[in-house]
Amino acid sequence: MEIQDNHPIIKVKNLSYKYTKDKVLEDVSFEVPRGAFLAIVGPNGSGKSTLLKLILGLLRTQEGTIKLFDENIRLFKEWQQIGFVSQKANSFNSGFPATVFEVVQSGLTKKLGLFKFPKKADKQKVKKALEAVDMLSFQHRNIGELSGGQQQRVFIARSLVSEPQLLILDEPTVGVDSKHVHQFYEMLEMLNKQLGITLILVTHDVGTVTDKVTHVACLNKKLHFHGDAYEYNQLNEEELSSFYGHDVKLLSHNH
Amino acid sequence: MISGLLQYEFLQNAFITGIIIGVLAPLLGVFIVVRRMSMIADALSHVALAGIAFSLLLQKSFVSLVGLNPLYMGMAFSVGGSLFIEKLRTIYKHYQELAIPIILSGGIGLSVIFISVADGFNADLYSYLFGSVSAVSRSDLYVIIGVGIAVIVTLILLYKELFLLSFDEEHAKASGIPSKVIHFIFIVLVALVIAASMRVVGILLVSSLMTLPVAASLRFAQGFKQMIGYSVVFGEISVVGGLFLSYELDLAPGGTIVMLAVLILVLAIIIDKWRNR
Repeated sequence: MEIQDNHPIIKVKNLSYKYTKDKVLEDVSFEVPRGAFLAIVGPNGSGKSTLLKLILGLLRTQEGTIKLFDENIRLFKEWQQIGFVSQKANSFNSGFPATVFEVVQSGLTKKLGLFKFPKKADKQKVKKALEAVDMLSFQHRNIGELSGGQQQRVFIARSLVSEPQLLILDEPTVGVDSKHVHQFYEMLEMLNKQLGITLILVTHDVGTVTDKVTHVACLNKKLHFHGDAYEYNQLNEEELSSFYGHDVKLLSHNH
Repeated sequence: MISGLLQYEFLQNAFITGIIIGVLAPLLGVFIVVRRMSMIADALSHVALAGIAFSLLLQKSFVSLVGLNPLYMGMAFSVGGSLFIEKLRTIYKHYQELAIPIILSGGIGLSVIFISVADGFNADLYSYLFGSVSAVSRSDLYVIIGVGIAVIVTLILLYKELFLLSFDEEHAKASGIPSKVIHFIFIVLVALVIAASMRVVGILLVSSLMTLPVAASLRFAQGFKQMIGYSVVFGEISVVGGLFLSYELDLAPGGTIVMLAVLILVLAIIIDKWRNR
């Protein structure tokens, strides 16, 4: 697949979605440029998860279109270009008897394809991914023995190992000890800047992210704001409240 | 015992079968346990019982069917049961474990009817329930060897997909693994191994051979490969030791095998506690 550099990685146009009668997403349009670090923020029930599921192809689009790497999502096949890190609590059994290395290697499953076995070079990739998130020294430990933040790093390594161009993170700091949240975001910033991976971060953690990300999108059924992080930081409290429909406390804004 | 092994074909059959299922049952059991599906083996073994009872009934009713090996019908029923479980799990999305009691009681219900119609218990059925060292025929053995090869080859080929599916189903689906197909193949394998194991361990105790060695390895395995290794070793000790005791003490092997597995589990828990003191 030929990808031109100036084309956006994701193009969402007039997207609406409903599970039953009421729309959870309404007429959402935005683009994610290559190399961006986008934060999608919004309160609970704002349609963030639905939007993610649509982008990941876990839900089928109803109204509107999504283009991934210039390809309509319904025709899109290159899913290994997209890494996904979920809220770990939902989908992971912490008593699972697997080592960190095994977990990260499982990220290669799709890329290797059916009936293929990981080779030496693949094992090297696993180590590189663990190095990128600073977890190589834990490779032989069972995943359940690690702290929430360490586990989340391992899950990021699992996504990195297939060398995606886009990494989507759904509330990745939920299980992370508050002392380490800042460090965690610094690591993400490093992945974005040094490895050039486009990042989408879904969070309700508005305050802490705005100094790390390049773009912000505020979602509450409709897309209320989409722009670069600098513009977002210029917004005042009143405007933000109008996006969310209730008062928002601005944290750690030094402007 | 050794002289018995050299002398009697039935003992050789039982031991070779035992060695094969000592690998297969815990091997599949590892995936079953970590996916929190431990009860599925119970449900399927009771469906297999219905197949056996049906086969025995057919043999009684139709003289021409006397040569039919009940193992085939047991496998057919158990695979059929696995399909029903999968169907029920999609119907009751939010109560997935409900499929298991439904299939389990359905299996027992059917078995009871077939047994009643066939006019009650006989020695043959007893050996299916609790296992037997003398019941494995050469033709049983060949079928079991076939199942063994099929299961091991499939597991090797699908190992990384099964690992991912077991560890994180959501992630597996998101990354585009054909999770439904793989899960389905896996369940069919489980059904086959249950049917293959019942001659030696007995229907009522098959599921314990899939779960107890795994429960013991969970106490100290580092990583998934070790988990598989320990489980197979514990399973093998239980089966071979259990068959030996069964022969020497003239007890049904289902009992001796399972009690050895329980003993290993208890020791594993104690050793683990003691190490972490």
